[in-house]
Formats: sequence, C-alpha cells, structure tokens
Amino acid sequence: MTTTERHSYDVLVIGAGGAGLRAAIEARQQGLKTAIITKSLFGKAHTVMAEGGAAAAMGNVNSNDSWKVHFCDTMRGGKFLNNPRMAELHAKESPDRVWELETYGALFDRTPEGKINQRNFGGHEYPRLAHVGDRTGLELIRTLQQKIVSMQQEDLAEFGDAEARIKVFAECSIIELLKDGGAISGAFGYWRETGEYVLFDAPAVVLATGGIGKSYKITSNSWEYTGDGHALALRAGATLINMEFIQFHPTGMVWPPSVKGILVTESVRGDGGVLRNSEGKRFMFNYIPEVFKTQYATTEEEGDRWYTDPENNKRPPELLPRDEVARAINSEVKAGRGSPHGGVFLDVSTRMTPEQIIKRLPSMHHQFKELADVDITAEPMEVGPTCHYIMGGIEVDADTQQSRVTGLYAAGEVSGGMHGSNRLGGNSLSDLLVFGRRAGLHAAEYVRRLGTKRPAVSDTDVEAVRTWATAPLNATGKDTENPYDLHAELQQCMNELVGIIRKETEVSSALAQLDVLAERYTKVAVSGGRAFNPGWHLAMDLRNMLLVSRCVATAALERTESRGGHTREEHPAMDPTWRKINLVLAAAEGGKVDLDRKPVPTIRPDLLALFDKAELKKYLTTEELATAGEEASQ
Amino acid sequence: MSYEAHFRVWRGDIDGGALHDFTVEVNEGEVVLDIIHRIQATQAPDLAVRWNCKAGKCGSCSAEINGWPRLMCMTRMSIFSPEEIITITPLRTFPVIRDLVTDVSFNFKKAQAVPSFTPPKELQPGEYRMQQVDVERSQEFRKCIECFLCQTVCHVIRDHEENKPSFAGPRFLMRIAELDMHPLDVADRKDLAQDEHGLGYCNITKCCTEVCPEHIKITDNALIPMKERVMTRKYDPLIWLGRKIARRS
Repeated sequence: MTTTERHSYDVLVIGAGGAGLRAAIEARQQGLKTAIITKSLFGKAHTVMAEGGAAAAMGNVNSNDSWKVHFCDTMRGGKFLNNPRMAELHAKESPDRVWELETYGALFDRTPEGKINQRNFGGHEYPRLAHVGDRTGLELIRTLQQKIVSMQQEDLAEFGDAEARIKVFAECSIIELLKDGGAISGAFGYWRETGEYVLFDAPAVVLATGGIGKSYKITSNSWEYTGDGHALALRAGATLINMEFIQFHPTGMVWPPSVKGILVTESVRGDGGVLRNSEGKRFMFNYIPEVFKTQYATTEEEGDRWYTDPENNKRPPELLPRDEVARAINSEVKAGRGSPHGGVFLDVSTRMTPEQIIKRLPSMHHQFKELADVDITAEPMEVGPTCHYIMGGIEVDADTQQSRVTGLYAAGEVSGGMHGSNRLGGNSLSDLLVFGRRAGLHAAEYVRRLGTKRPAVSDTDVEAVRTWATAPLNATGKDTENPYDLHAELQQCMNELVGIIRKETEVSSALAQLDVLAERYTKVAVSGGRAFNPGWHLAMDLRNMLLVSRCVATAALERTESRGGHTREEHPAMDPTWRKINLVLAAAEGGKVDLDRKPVPTIRPDLLALFDKAELKKYLTTEELATAGEEASQ
Repeated sequence: MSYEAHFRVWRGDIDGGALHDFTVEVNEGEVVLDIIHRIQATQAPDLAVRWNCKAGKCGSCSAEINGWPRLMCMTRMSIFSPEEIITITPLRTFPVIRDLVTDVSFNFKKAQAVPSFTPPKELQPGEYRMQQVDVERSQEFRKCIECFLCQTVCHVIRDHEENKPSFAGPRFLMRIAELDMHPLDVADRKDLAQDEHGLGYCNITKCCTEVCPEHIKITDNALIPMKERVMTRKYDPLIWLGRKIARRS
C-alpha cells in the first residue's frame, strides 16, 4: 500500500464558507482540534457572493420587529413546509450571531443612533437585513476569516504554533467520507495543487459545502457548487430532504451571454427598484397570489407610498418572495412581453439619485458598468431568473444539526429543512451563522462524549477510493468521454427539463438522460498529469453532480403540486395534503436513489398560535385546522 | 459577431515553461476568462487556472494580461482589437505552481502577522455604537476582494524577493490602516506598520491603486494617512518627548 499523507483531528469541517467557518470557530472555542478543508483558497467561498444582508430581528429600524414576526415570515416564505423548530431557533438566535460578528471586527452600515442598520427585503415584514452596501457576504466571510486568524495568533502565543488547534487546508478536495460501522471515522481527499492524496482521521465531520447550482447552465453559483456535501452524505448513508425545491432567483443578468445568470441583488427592489415588461407596465401587480393578497399593495400609488410611509401602506409586489417573482417574470417573457435579450426591465434610476444608487448599490453599479455597458443610475437593467439556491439538503436534527449518520453534521445550504419550499432573501447568511455555530458545538460535544474510543479508518475503504479516483487518469482507448462535454450536457438537461416550470414528461425524460450520462460517465478519461489538473478535478466532481441531479429530478417527479421552488405545470395549485409530506432520498445500489415519503415535523401549538386562523386555512388541511383549534382552546 | 482570436498562454511549472499559442473562438460580450475556459474545454483540458465566482467578487482569477495585472473575469474581450495577440501570464511576484496558478501563500502569512481587531474589553456584543461617517473609512478598505493584484504590481516586492520578509505589501498595510481607523479598535498599530511591515518602503507610486479592481484608493486613503500617523509620532518633538518620559516611568 502506498503511503499517504495523514492527519488526525477532532472535528473536520468540509467547506470554508460562512457555515463552515462559523462551525470551525465554535469547535475550536470548545477546545477541540479543528481542520477546515476547502476546495478554494481561504476567503474565496461562495458566501462572498451574498449581497443583500443577514436577516436578524434586532428591531434597530422598526422596534415592532421580534423573533416571532421573523419566524412567521420565514414559515410563510417556505409555504409552511419548513422544519418549524429550525425556523424558530433561527429567528431567536440570529440577532446574537450578528452582534457577535461586530466583536470579530465586522463593520455593518449604521443607523443614525449608531446601531446596525437594517434594510427591507422580499417577504420580511420589517426592515431586517444587517448589511454593508450590497457586499454583505464579503464582509461576513472576511470577518470570520479574520476571526480564525486571530485564534491562530492566540495559539501561536500559547503553543508556539499558529495551527496547533485550527488549520485551514486550502485547495484540498474531499472525495469520500469514511466510516467504521455506522459512525464517521474520517475523510479521504486530494490536494488540488499536487494531485497527491490526503487522509484525515476524525470522529466528527461537519459538511458545509453549499449548493448544487453547477448542475444548471444558468446559475449564479460558482464552480465549487457541485453538490459535494449532498453526495458525500448520501454515499455515507445519510438522507436528503426537499431536493425538489430549488430557488430560481428572479433577477440574474441576461446579457451579455457570458454573464448570463450572475446575480442582481434583491436589494435593488428592496431599495425601490421596479419591474416592468416591454410595454412599460409594472406587471407584478397582476401576480399577487391569493395567500399574499392582504399583505401587498394593489396599486402603484400605494406601493410607492410604502417606501416613505410603511406604517400606513402595504409593500409593492416587487417584494413578494422570490419564487413568486421568478414565476411572474417567466410568464411575462413567455407571453412575449420580455426585454430584447429575454428578460424584463428592472429600474432603480427613477427612485433614487445617481449618488444614492452608487452609495447603496455600489457592486451592482460596478457590475453592470463593467460587464454590460449599462449605467444603472440612468437606465434599466435587463434581468431574468437564475438558479440560485437549493432549499433541500441533508436531513438533520433541528437542534444539533446531526444527520442520520453518527458523527456527521451539516450546516448552511447543504442542510435541508430550515427554509421549507422557498428561502427568503437574507435568511441564508443568518442561517449559516446560527446553524454553523450549532453544528460546531454539537460536533464538539459528540467528540468529547466519545472519549478515546474513536472509530477507525479502514485501509480497504481508503484503497477503494484511491483506485476509483485514479481511474480517469489511467483510462485510455478510443471509447472515452470528456468531462467538460458531459458537464455541459448535464447542465443543458437540468436547465431545460428540471428548471423553473416542470412537466411530468420532461422530468421523466431528464431521468432517462441522467441514466445515459451516468453510463457514459463510467468511461470518463482525462489527459495530463495529477498536478493542478482541472479536467481531472471536474471528472471527480461530476459523480456528485450526477447523483444530486438524480435526487432533484426524482423528487420533482414525485411531488404533484406547486409550492415555493417547485412548480409543476399540470399541478399549478398548492395542496394542503402535500404540505405534510417530506420527500426523503437515500442512496441505493448502482448510483440510484430510493425515495420515501415522511411526515413534515408538526408545528407546536404555541408557534401555530402566532398565525391568524384565516391565514392558516390557506396552508393546512381541515383536519389539521380542527386539531389546532382544539389545542388552542385547551 | 464571432471571430477567432490569437491567445498566447504561459504554460509550465516551477522548473520552467513557455508561451503556447491558441487560436480560439470569441463571441460578443465575452471576457478573457470565457476564452481561457474555452481553451480548457476544447484544446487543453489540463490548463491550470484559478477561478470561482466569475463576477469580480472573489478575486481568484488574477493574471497578467499583456503584462497588466487584471482579473480575467472582468476583462472584456471588446477592449482588444480582433487582430491583437493576447498574452496571458501568471502573477509575476509569486512562485508559479502550474500554468496560470501561483503560490500566493505569502499573502496568507502576512495576514497572520497583522494583530487582529482589538475592541475595548468591557464592550458587550450588541452594544457597539458607531457613526456611519466613521465606519466608512474602514469600509472602503473592507471592499478588498484579496485578488492580490496590488501585491503583484508593487515594485517593492515585484522582482525583489529580498524585500518580502520585511514588507507586507499594499493589501496588508491597508489592513493595518483599516484597523487603525476602526472607530472601536484600541490597539496601537503605528510602530508596527513602520517597523514590522515596511510602510517606509512605499514611495507612493500608486501602482496598487491603479490595478485595484474594486477601485479602492489604496495609496491616497490608506497608505498616505498611515504614513502621516507614523510620521507625526516619530518626528513631532512633543510626542517624542512624551513617549520618552512615558518609557522611563
């Protein structure tokens, strides 16, 4: 057997975005030896792309806000499919998580009293998003990165070794998790730079690998979003839920072609941007769904007044949750009322002065100017839906973030349940702070309980992964497949057949295509050596993308209703009986997946009591309403 | 609006390499990174390049394009004429790993050497109060996406390996300025900037500002004010005397 570089840690965090870094900070603060493993350089994770802010009911701008209002908004946004305990913990704990960032050095925008300023966002009743212009994600990642550096400085002073208790393994990819019986024992991966393999012994793994957007052609996601954590967890025996729910952000750039999909922050609408079709009409007023009728303005005049007088007016429908806005834009374009490049117009130039726009939306101003020759202070942007976020992910315990596998935890986008069928803007940055911390904490507690009896890594398992990973480099002959071609075909397939609007025939045909792609994938071959070879890296990532795409399509075919980030053309309505069902996916033989229906966790009576009876009627079955009524009257 | 462009891309590793010629399709609206990706997908699948967001936000795809340090994702092909030969080389100030990928660990080591944010001990989370006008100065520097273009262009370390141990580079001198200007930071960073991180090496040529993709005024707003703070301390006779007495007691 070849000797492999080998490290031993208490807690292994895979992914160095917000969730991973926050988990690592917590595990290290608990005194455990922690490793952070990232496919990229330290500080480059996809979290840097988050623009709008972190939702936390601090009540700095409107003192009526509270965790209860935030909880209700989150449940509404997710169409009541959310894990209610996660939504509760998230709403309760996010203010502390945001304030904590200030102690690490974060510099949020301020209110006149010097507190953290908060902005309006889709689906949030009050101004709630702590932000820094439109580059909040960058502030978050840099702050957490710098906190880790400060911990390393402490360790340098205490032990003479900066990396004594927390070390970042940058440009290192994990190929497989390792287990001893039913429990995690470590992970096996490779250094991107050299192509050499590396083995980690660790009883606890926190997956914080983000999303799956790179399986789609038009996406706001970076190359890293290949569903690694989802796939690693599945193959290790964990389960995924809600995988049919994918958020297509309503406003991605549509032109020029090479930037198609790049995000245009929702802050543009939060700060007064309006959506118009090619006839100049503010079409969103035609798309207010029944469940939101009472909460949104029905005339342009009222919507406009809301920006200056939110107490006495209702918000404009441009600020409906993202799934509603994305579907509306899709319908307008299909009806032939789109912009020249197949989107609609988003205009903020009529609401604010050029100075205000540059101050509040600097990145957007910069992005459009540099990439599209559009000056957003003077003219409208062209925007359209882009694959942005997966609500689904690893099924975890709401309090501890542990998956069904002992020692395996998940936080952030890779975990499921928190956002139900649709995530509200701003709830992602707060999610990753709240549950990143919880995952790190509970992973640490598990390791402490374990004592010295740690699960062991099996040499046979390691050898099997090594053989699998090396195969594409050794594959020869005529009948081979190029990973770049396979990837492009997968993206095309998912984009066209399992996109924003889904049809039974199309999703079935996607599943058939995925079978063919999986078969062709067995013949994938790459040229070149092992040192920093992107073709080889892609070949390995493709296995994860194919598996996760299968999960998305399988669940999308099963759910015969439309809810949040899942729209079925033949079943346009939301069905209360489906609200009670989570589709749970597990790995099966030969790269296939099994699907199971499981009940969504019930909402505690005290949480249910926060809603109006009339509102609950829109979501719950009559039996559920009857039970809720009985419990409330007791 | 498609045409065939002539690219020359440096390929090799620490032991050496050479420019390789590629003729590659270019379409309307594309950026240099699109073309590099097309070369990867169709001609050189193992061409090593770093990139993440392709939207100018992560600072991964830094390279030297016709000798000018730039982000490949933010360099539009329309700034070149179709006949022009476009030469892409790795960042010159850092050791090459492979093709366009360089070893930028110098920067992470320098980051570790800057003492972190130090708030007043008694200040509790949630009690931080700062005015917008006061946070804005440091906020400008926190726009930094750590692409390290300012580091590669700075003549103090570009082709001067010997200065690297004693010079943090514009990115991390700016980090010190950012903390020094943080309304609630209580640490004293002036001597450190001068003595440990080589602020004195900077002679204000403003190359760093010129290449910054975030248009941060690194020299005017971070480095010069920091120099002034250091100078005041070192050469103001009253401060000098005060410190002398303080040291004695």
